[in-house]
Amino acid sequence: MQIQVNGATEVVPEQSTLSQLIDRLRLSGKRVAVELNGEIVPRSAYAARPLKENDVLEIVAAIGGG
Amino acid sequence: MNQPAQGPSDLLVVGGRSFRSRLLVGTGKYKDFDETRLAIEASGAEIVTVAIRRTNIGQKAGEPNLLEVIPPSRYTILPNTAGCYTADDALRTCRLARELLDDHRLVKLEVLGDPKTLYPDVPATLEAAKQLVKEGFEVMVYTTDDPITAKRLEEMGCVAVMPLAAPIGSGLGIQNKYNILTIVENARVPILVDAGVGTASDAAIAMELGCDGVLMNTAIAEAKHPVLMASAMKKAIEAGREAFLAGRMPRRRYASASSPKEGLPF
Repeated sequence: MQIQVNGATEVVPEQSTLSQLIDRLRLSGKRVAVELNGEIVPRSAYAARPLKENDVLEIVAAIGGG
Repeated sequence: MNQPAQGPSDLLVVGGRSFRSRLLVGTGKYKDFDETRLAIEASGAEIVTVAIRRTNIGQKAGEPNLLEVIPPSRYTILPNTAGCYTADDALRTCRLARELLDDHRLVKLEVLGDPKTLYPDVPATLEAAKQLVKEGFEVMVYTTDDPITAKRLEEMGCVAVMPLAAPIGSGLGIQNKYNILTIVENARVPILVDAGVGTASDAAIAMELGCDGVLMNTAIAEAKHPVLMASAMKKAIEAGREAFLAGRMPRRRYASASSPKEGLPF
C-alpha cells in the first residue's frame, strides 16, 4: 500500500506498523518525532500503531536553527 | 548602598528555571558540527535553540545528529518555530518538539509575516501563544519591539518576551532603543532581545538597557571567526549586565572636571 512520508510516496507492505516503517527507514533509535494524519504519535505507541493506505506521516528531527 | 547581586548570584530565571548565562544562542548557519560545538562552548550559553524539520529519509546510519553535539543533558534545548507563517504550523511544530524532546515544554514561538523581512505576524503570534499556554507550553515569544504587544504576550502567560533588535539575520543592531527600554520597564517577565544583533557592542547595549538576556545566531555563526565572536559576545553580555546593575552616570552636555579645581600650584 502507498503512504506519504515527509511529502514523498512510500510503498509499504500491507498491515505494517509504524515501528516497522521506522525500522525500514533506518530511524530506529534516532531522536525523531512522528505526526500521523496530523496527530502526534508517542514513541511508546509505534509498535501498536498500524498504518493504513494513504496515511500521511511527518517525521521530524532537531536541526541547526536560531 | 548595597551592591546589586552580580556574578554567580545574578541569575536569569525563565519559567522557574535558573541560568547563569544571559546569552542564548542558535545552532544554524555553522560550517559543521565541530564549529557549532566550539562556538557554543565559547559563548557559555546554557539555552540553545534548534529548529524542527523533516528528517532525511534514507540518511546514512551513524550520521551525526545535532542533539549529540548539544546534548539535552547539558543544555536547555529551546526548539523554535522558525519557518512557520501560520499559527497552526507553529502549534504543530511545538507539539512535535514536545514529543521529540520527551515532554519538553519550553519553546521559542515565532510566527513570521513574510520571507523578506521575517517580521513577526503579531495577530498570528498572539493566537498561537494563547493556545500554547493553554496546552501547558512555556512560551518564549519572538515579537516586534512594540511595548503594547509585549505586554499582551506577558499577560497571556508567556514566560519570556523577546522583541527583535532588527530583522533576523540583519546584524543591524538595536534600531529602537527607547521601545526596548519601555518594554523592559513595563515587564514582569524576562525580556530578551532576539534577532538583529551584529556585534558585541549591540549585545552590550541591549544589556545596558536592562534586558534580561540576548538570543543570537547569525552574529556568531557568520562572523569570520565564529568561536572568537562567541567569546566576545559572552563578555559583552556580562559587561552590559554589570554596567546596567552598576547604574551609569548621567549624561551632561558640558564637561565636568575629574581633577579638583583647588590646590593648583599657580
